[in-house]
Amino acid sequence: MNDISTISRREFLKDSTLAGAGLVLGFHVPGAGAQTGKPGISGVEVNAWVVVRPDNTIIIRYARSEMGQGSLTSAPMLVAEELDCDWKQVSVEYASTNEHIRRNRIWGGMAAVGSQTIRLSQDYLRKGGAAARQMLLAAAAKRWAVAESSCSVAGGVITHVPSGRTLTFGDVAIDASKLQPPKDVKLKDPKDWKLAGTSVKRLDIPDTVMGRQRYGVDVQLPGMLHAAVAQCPVFGGTVKSFDAAAVQSRRGIRKVFTIDSGKVMVVVADNWWRAKEALKALPIQWDVGANGNVSSESIRGFLKAGLDVPTVPVARKAGDADQALTGAAKVLEAEYYTPYLCHAPMEPMGCTARIADGRVDVWCSTQTGEGTLATAAAAAGVPLDQVEVYKMQNGGGFGRRGGSQDFTRIGVLIAREFPGVPVKSLWSREEDTQHDFYRPAALYRMKAGLDAAGKPVAFKARVAAPSIFATLLRLPLKDGIDNSAMEGFAEFPYAIPNVLNDYAQRDTHVPVGFWRTVGWSQNPFARECFIDEMALAAGKDPFQFRRELLAHEKRPLGILEAVAKAAGWGTPLPPGVFRGISVTEPYAAFTAAVIEVSVSDKGEVKIHRIVQGIDCGYVVNPDNIVAQIQGSVVYALTAIGRGEITIKDGRVEQSNFNDYPMMRIADMPKVEVVIAPTGGFWGGVGEPAQAPIAPALCNAIFAATGKRIRSLPLSHHGLTLVKA
Amino acid sequence: MIRLVVNGQARQADVEPEMPLLWVLRDELDVKGPKYGCGIAQCGSCTVLLDGAPVRSCSVPVSAVAGKKITTIEGLAQNGVMHPVQKAWIDHEVPQCGYCQGGQMLAAVSLLQNKPKPTDADIDAVMTNICRCGTYARIRTAIHAAAAAAPAKRV
Ligand code: FES
Ligand code: FES
Repeated sequence: MNDISTISRREFLKDSTLAGAGLVLGFHVPGAGAQTGKPGISGVEVNAWVVVRPDNTIIIRYARSEMGQGSLTSAPMLVAEELDCDWKQVSVEYASTNEHIRRNRIWGGMAAVGSQTIRLSQDYLRKGGAAARQMLLAAAAKRWAVAESSCSVAGGVITHVPSGRTLTFGDVAIDASKLQPPKDVKLKDPKDWKLAGTSVKRLDIPDTVMGRQRYGVDVQLPGMLHAAVAQCPVFGGTVKSFDAAAVQSRRGIRKVFTIDSGKVMVVVADNWWRAKEALKALPIQWDVGANGNVSSESIRGFLKAGLDVPTVPVARKAGDADQALTGAAKVLEAEYYTPYLCHAPMEPMGCTARIADGRVDVWCSTQTGEGTLATAAAAAGVPLDQVEVYKMQNGGGFGRRGGSQDFTRIGVLIAREFPGVPVKSLWSREEDTQHDFYRPAALYRMKAGLDAAGKPVAFKARVAAPSIFATLLRLPLKDGIDNSAMEGFAEFPYAIPNVLNDYAQRDTHVPVGFWRTVGWSQNPFARECFIDEMALAAGKDPFQFRRELLAHEKRPLGILEAVAKAAGWGTPLPPGVFRGISVTEPYAAFTAAVIEVSVSDKGEVKIHRIVQGIDCGYVVNPDNIVAQIQGSVVYALTAIGRGEITIKDGRVEQSNFNDYPMMRIADMPKVEVVIAPTGGFWGGVGEPAQAPIAPALCNAIFAATGKRIRSLPLSHHGLTLVKA
Repeated sequence: MIRLVVNGQARQADVEPEMPLLWVLRDELDVKGPKYGCGIAQCGSCTVLLDGAPVRSCSVPVSAVAGKKITTIEGLAQNGVMHPVQKAWIDHEVPQCGYCQGGQMLAAVSLLQNKPKPTDADIDAVMTNICRCGTYARIRTAIHAAAAAAPAKRV
């Protein structure tokens, strides 16, 4: 019997003051425990995904992270579907990151990024459930000495059909765990699913609602110290000097020091407020380095120069666009711009770490347990298998807690100064805003040629933007293309015979990273608004124009038509109300939106209605998809309305929600969700819905005002978003 | 020593008078429901009820609340019975990450105490807490649902 969950849990219980409250922090998922009884009862691991307890309750392991996207529930649903257990008997716990390393990465991918949790793990999750079912059934058949084919499984009970005898999963779990896993399992046809495809309540919500949910920021350990941090306001700068004596004698202050070769100033105290106040009062001299003169304007100029470089790497080429343009009856050209954006999850960055006896324990809100583990190991100088990462509920992620892991590195470097003592580092909101890995600013130049009948004959797009892959991940770019920067242009769906879409890599000192929906969060604004410009030049309705160019693309066309139909495209609207439309193909899914607006003389853009549709192939938890789409709309509108990070003297000008404003409930428009799954493929859900919002909205604004919005945010155009 | 009443329990903390209530609750008393989001009274994640009225605890010095009755999200359910707002939040699957939701629920409790049948405009006027996950549509639905349920005891 291999009861790994109990070993890991016990080790952790020793140190958790929360254990007394019945919560097993960072390992057991409290919500699920509340559903099915006591945590800590040992169970039998049938396979890596399925643990059966003697009381016939089931633990399903979840290997990625939960940040509100709901996968902690929907991924285990796929295991449970094939296991044929009773969902009410299921609780979910995080797979141990340390065990993952020791067991040769048995749980597959651990990252909750790129809308990939379901689509990239569905196959092995379903096989894991099916294999465990097969082993439990085989164990029962063996005990009865009957043929496996005479047995069936439902609701966690195995029945010998001819005799009607039954055994529960709990009865045969130990026997099953000793069997060889089946070599091959047959998966259900999705049309036979009973649990998957229905709206199942998210397991983590009850704890959230009762105030029991635990985030990285909530970790509490005996003897724990608290750290406040400050990095040089100019990215890349270092601490030249500081006057520790000025704050050292304040109450509770333990240590004032720098880490990471002077890149980060740290104050550690017995509570966070004391640390933060001392840091604020601490005289620090910064060496800002070479970038103290960089501004938004200089960056814009640098991007602009990228538009004029004669030849850059090509992401998409068909025919000869330049030649076709020379022969075109009509030529259009336009430049679009999207700004830097900050992630601003509600929970700021932070990390708790304890280093003792060559071992590191990290408690943290992370989108990638494995990334956190590797970062912690490197920062502490220990082998990978000497690290455990306790994944906490993420207070939002949106890409901030994925690849960079800067918060982990800082947290572990601080803990190195206090051997044996847990230290919780927490960034202030200001630090979080000013030291993000931002959504890149991007400048676009597009050109299109139409023939005399208005049919597009040529399309060109040049994207000038920093590369996330080259700078954050330090990966070599294949053929000079950053795929994330060219999303929507590299896989260009429109049937235009001559296309040339290329990429001018323009890296600056401003760190860039994966911001929810990544390139798809910004590129469709340029692409889909310019497609509207082309439709106008062709004298065609924007929906019909797209339909014709997508006639060969079944799925984009399908979702476009489904949304247009739901929105009543072409039907009369009240006076002063106008529609805009767009379609996108992000993260293996297909999304489209129709938005209705009216615009007042004062520039108030009233959103009367948003119809937003998705075809994600298979649907696992439909109500959760609706929630993700509603949330994506808010994330998108917040950015479109007023979102912008600007640079002055090398540093970010914004600092907190007073100058980086967020949409609130009073501005929330009506959103109607169209889920139109066509099956046969697995698409993402958490990000794709954001992609069509900006262009559909700006196309509607054009329809209402004749004013073409070619840069964001709208506040720069004297426009304000309001609810109708 | 400052004395407080937190979720019906007498508590005390030996802290500077200017220390914000949020950090006394979180770091000194281990009451983790109120969350830090901005520290400048912008987001409402740190909302607690002070004698039944919502305050942003990041911006209230602890000395100002000595002896007052403080309710955090942990203290909203009474004897294991959920407040109608909590029940509506579960029924309508409101939270996503959940980080803002303690504050959202307490703001909703206060709204319903003042206006048992709030209109959408009432909701817009007082529900000013930020939710970065964008749960606003469901917050609105859940508030109306809680208003339709039996009224709760005042908190
Ligand atoms: S933390 Fe108090 S309002 Fe944001
Ligand atoms: S649920 Fe995540 S911030 Fe509101």
